[in-house]
Amino acid sequence: MFEVEVVIKNKAGLHTRPAAQLVKTAAKFKSDFFIYKDGYEINGKSIIGVMTLAAEQGAKLNLRFDGVDQKDAAKAVCELFDRGFDEA
Amino acid sequence: MTEDKIKSEIIMRGIPAAPGIAIGNIYLYTRDVPSAIERTLNPADIDSEIERLKKAIAKSEKELTKILSFAQAKIGESKSKIFEAQIMILRDQFLIDSLVKRIRSELRNAEFIVNNEISKYEKMMLMAQDDYMHERAHDVDDLKNRIIRNMQSTKLISKFESAAILVSHNLTPADTMIFSRNAVLGYATDKGGITSHAAILSRALKIPAVLGLGDISRRISPGDSLILDGYSGNVIINPSSEQLLKYQIKKERYTQFESNLAQFKSLPAKTLDGRKVELATNIEFEEELEYMLLQGGDGIGLYRTESLLFASDQIPSEEKQYKKYKLFADRVFPNLVIIRTFDIGGDKIAPQTIEEANPFLGWRGIRIFLDRPEILLEQLRAILRASSRKNIAVMFPMVTTVEEVIKAKEYIEIAKAELRSKKIKFDRDIQVGVMIEVPSAAVTADTIAKEVDFLSIGTNDLTQYLLAVDRGNDIISDLYQEFHPSVIHTIRHIIKAGHKEKKWVGMCGELAGNPLATVLLVGLGLDEFSVVPSVLPEIKKIIRSVSYSQAQRLASEVLRLRTTEEVRSYLRHYIEKRFSDILLENNNE
Repeated sequence: MFEVEVVIKNKAGLHTRPAAQLVKTAAKFKSDFFIYKDGYEINGKSIIGVMTLAAEQGAKLNLRFDGVDQKDAAKAVCELFDRGFDEA
Repeated sequence: MTEDKIKSEIIMRGIPAAPGIAIGNIYLYTRDVPSAIERTLNPADIDSEIERLKKAIAKSEKELTKILSFAQAKIGESKSKIFEAQIMILRDQFLIDSLVKRIRSELRNAEFIVNNEISKYEKMMLMAQDDYMHERAHDVDDLKNRIIRNMQSTKLISKFESAAILVSHNLTPADTMIFSRNAVLGYATDKGGITSHAAILSRALKIPAVLGLGDISRRISPGDSLILDGYSGNVIINPSSEQLLKYQIKKERYTQFESNLAQFKSLPAKTLDGRKVELATNIEFEEELEYMLLQGGDGIGLYRTESLLFASDQIPSEEKQYKKYKLFADRVFPNLVIIRTFDIGGDKIAPQTIEEANPFLGWRGIRIFLDRPEILLEQLRAILRASSRKNIAVMFPMVTTVEEVIKAKEYIEIAKAELRSKKIKFDRDIQVGVMIEVPSAAVTADTIAKEVDFLSIGTNDLTQYLLAVDRGNDIISDLYQEFHPSVIHTIRHIIKAGHKEKKWVGMCGELAGNPLATVLLVGLGLDEFSVVPSVLPEIKKIIRSVSYSQAQRLASEVLRLRTTEEVRSYLRHYIEKRFSDILLENNNE
């Protein structure tokens, strides 16, 4: 198991487009991927789940990866957050 | 219809969500929410039940893909994103797996499981204090019903034969798109507001819409005719022949206006002899910006920030407010946005419910803030942070004494000092103004003017307080007279007081947008008009066709008149003689 904390950088928060990008990236890996925020947990591979997070710019999320490729999955997902989902 | 019953005219008022006028017969669209009654499954039927679910999902995806490509072609990529999101959810493997798993383990029918499972997500989205998330919840609800409907293979009828105005309880984004393929003339619904997807899409589709009418879908019957005014929000069921004629003229006039708007919108609001007045608009929601720019507004004379409170009962965070104010300022740059601090209390949202015998004379506007400075300071910081391009002004509502103005200015200084210590940029010379809408403030306008950069006359409340007439009270509504000589004299007094202190004076009440009053107000020396975007072209047209000296002469004539009726008929006569194409509104509007 591998855990990491990220902060949402992009202005509009984790709205539909970045949510989709996140789910697509996570789906490339075998590991399970969960996101914790404000006391509840959602499956990071589910678009409808990620959409319910209502995560705005500046929000902190705890990510948990569990599986054979957990390190690679974490790296790919964290990069996405770092780049602010390629939004200005 | 064989029998020729005389149907009585009913006038209703809703939220003007997309501009335009529609006249025609109604088409009542009833969309039943499909039932998802719980059934226990025979273990032998599990596989076929799952098959039924998967087929329904596939069918829903096919339908939405069709709507998506139609929407992309008609209104462009970015506004079609709503449908892309719905399609992505249909492909959510995690969601599908949990639906299948639940059908297997709980032995319950697919409709029930779909309804139960997706409703959980909806509830979570509705818990968020965010407009955007609430809209998403509505989209998810629509999606859920689509899957269930496709399992039951009940067909939605979304076609009608001849051109008609669609009336329904509510409209989903998909409904709005699909009906636009038929000859839909306009949309009228019980539910929905200016920020709903139905409103956004109908503006993009250029289909007039009035939403939030309450119970129109129950008040109409087949064969009824309808007038829908997407500018004012009025809807008239079974209009009389006079109404019909009036709106046909109005419709034609708007069509003409729109067609020569392109050349018109870049022209300044300037009198024949060169006096330039600012022609700005009153705005409440982000979605109105586009229309306001199209109408050729100089800037925003009144941004009603209360719209930020509609989404939830809470005051939004400083960050959220800042983002909204910045967006408005950027869109109208280099023109000015006058941000009015939350005008709550009276008939509007209050931070907490307090029973007051006379709420209009009670705890409202600036009075609330001076008692709750933490709310005021947060809003002032957000406004200041958004002001770094120097095109924002701040305005306080419901001022009654100069002490309130001095106190409010102290809070601005506190907010500035806080930002300075954090090295956050803002406009050090931000303009500060107040609304003059209470008689005590009007009478002492000279004292107040010394303290501020501008005054803005709020005629709606000013008239109510001057005449001691509750404008929401139907029994005495005929006593509410915006052309009462006392109102005109008070306006003159305020403008003079402001000018004596070399401060500019604007008006953001309804009188500013009444074509009857335009020449009079120019003549009284008003520097800025802030009006609803829809009337902007005709107000500009009137301003551009008189000279300032002519207007001054008219004003001095009007100041001699003794009654409301004399003032009205004088102005009506003047306008009718010069602008035959301007249709003056009836008193009942």
